[in-house]
Amino acid sequence: MGFSLTPAQADAVLSALKQDYRVYAPKRFPKQGRYSDTDVIRYAEVERFSDIVWDVKSDYPAKEVITPIQQAIFYFTEDEYRASKAKTKPILILARPCDINAQHIQAKIYAGNGGYEDLYYKRVRDLVKFAMMECNGGDDTCFCVSMGSNRTDDYSLALKFSADGVQVQVTDDAFAPYFAGMAEADYAPAFVEENQLKVTVPDLDDKAVRLALKSHPMWKEFNSRCVSCGACTVACSTCTCFTTRDVIYGDNPEVGERRRVSASCQIAGFDQMAGQKEFRSTAGDRMRYKVLHKFHDYKARFGERHMCVGCGRCTHRCPELISISATVSKVSAAVEEIKASMAQQ
Amino acid sequence: MMNPVQPQACTILSVKKESVHEWTFRVATDAKPAHGQFMQLSIPMIGEAPISVSAQGEGWLEFTIRSVGKVTNVIFEKQAGDTLFLRGPYGKGWPVEQFKGKHLVVITGGTGLAPVRSMLNMLADDPDYVKSVHLISGFKNEEGIVFHNELEAWKEKFSTIYALDNDAKEGWRTGLVTTFVKEIPFDSFGGNYAVVVVGPPPMMKFTGLELMKNGVDAEKVWMSFERKMSCAVGKCGHCRIDEVYVCLDGPVFPYTVARDLVD
Repeated sequence: MGFSLTPAQADAVLSALKQDYRVYAPKRFPKQGRYSDTDVIRYAEVERFSDIVWDVKSDYPAKEVITPIQQAIFYFTEDEYRASKAKTKPILILARPCDINAQHIQAKIYAGNGGYEDLYYKRVRDLVKFAMMECNGGDDTCFCVSMGSNRTDDYSLALKFSADGVQVQVTDDAFAPYFAGMAEADYAPAFVEENQLKVTVPDLDDKAVRLALKSHPMWKEFNSRCVSCGACTVACSTCTCFTTRDVIYGDNPEVGERRRVSASCQIAGFDQMAGQKEFRSTAGDRMRYKVLHKFHDYKARFGERHMCVGCGRCTHRCPELISISATVSKVSAAVEEIKASMAQQ
Repeated sequence: MMNPVQPQACTILSVKKESVHEWTFRVATDAKPAHGQFMQLSIPMIGEAPISVSAQGEGWLEFTIRSVGKVTNVIFEKQAGDTLFLRGPYGKGWPVEQFKGKHLVVITGGTGLAPVRSMLNMLADDPDYVKSVHLISGFKNEEGIVFHNELEAWKEKFSTIYALDNDAKEGWRTGLVTTFVKEIPFDSFGGNYAVVVVGPPPMMKFTGLELMKNGVDAEKVWMSFERKMSCAVGKCGHCRIDEVYVCLDGPVFPYTVARDLVD
């Protein structure tokens, strides 16, 4: 079932949808970018069709809707922990295939790992349906095709935006009533089949190669380049790590809340226990830890696919211009070098 | 829906000072951890910390805690009758079933003795469970010694070597635990043995190497890890090493896994 909507019709559909759903999409926040006179595009509830930014990739990922940067998980008094309550209104997220695939990756950790289901993730995730935004090809940092995250069938609606309005494919009957009376159109979404950027993930299955890679000098480069700011983690579609932090309400030291706050393995202290030294004390160590998680360790644990979806946002946000795709190429070169030297022995 | 990170209020039954910095808290709870598992101790306004269970009995657990951080410092202000919040138990403990009928070698460094204490007490009470117990326990100095009473009692039940790193003490040896590995009569065990190692990371690393040097079979060695954790249920990512989560797959690992993990 397909439709073609003018911007005015799209506004009417959005208003109707908003009666039943909280609708999140990439939205422009003028003058809130990291340099003067620049904007930031991040996920937020949208009011009007024109709020939706569809022509460029958002700076920050869709994951923020489901797992916010920080949230209260418990409220406590001296002798009680009470779990925070969540909103129950369903959520519709407009997202590109990479961001939808990223949610399947996050679910392996939040809703599966060790047999534990995270209450705070699950109670939001269960409310979510996706409206897939047909991707116009992304930009020069994207490599979704290399990571196999360019396609998805997890969507209730598919949307193709243009200056003239939006074409819609409805795959979930629950959404059909919102489009009653609109002009029908023969629309089926297309997926990106080739990126400008192609990344070949090295084969790290051999344990001896992997161990040699961990002590390879290539990581030392990052000691001087990476400033351990964690911007890549915040921009990452799939990073899930968090820390819990207790906060006391100023006027009453007996009551407060326990918050879950996003954490980055790139920031010093991520692995530091009280009274002990860090295990990964350099930026190079931390970079190695992150890169191997995205391109080996996650897959080794959960199978199927790598953790990185190739959205390129980390490359985009890095203040030191560190490119994840270039880093993976360096890993490939190091692996070739290691294999060659092993063959000689 | 169940919330796996929900802490439960528990009453502190007693506080025992093992050393200046290490105290044992006995807490009322019905939790029944396996030997070597850990719990999350939680204090409102302060936070949580993973602590291994150092002894257990009907309706109580003990935790031996070193005051080194923000959570543990506040726990040290608590006394009998006060409330402590707990959640757990978590992780995989010692494969005690596999130790049955074997010669068991236990090597600990400092408070690394805590995660094996409940198992050692069980073995002291049930001497036929294993063929023998050889215990090497090392401490930095006299002030660092914990579980004085048990160390004395175990002398009667087990083959023991107690040592201080640099200092002399009557009846004790001087030197790192690695120095004494060669004194364990592995040749007389006929291959029927298991080895348990717990302590600070460098101690475990070098003890592992020393065991290998003495011809010990890597597949018969077990180690317990300690890492930073926020959730203890495989979500927060702090304790992940390679494809392994210490909270889920550990804290006890076979040496064949532990030796190749790179933080």
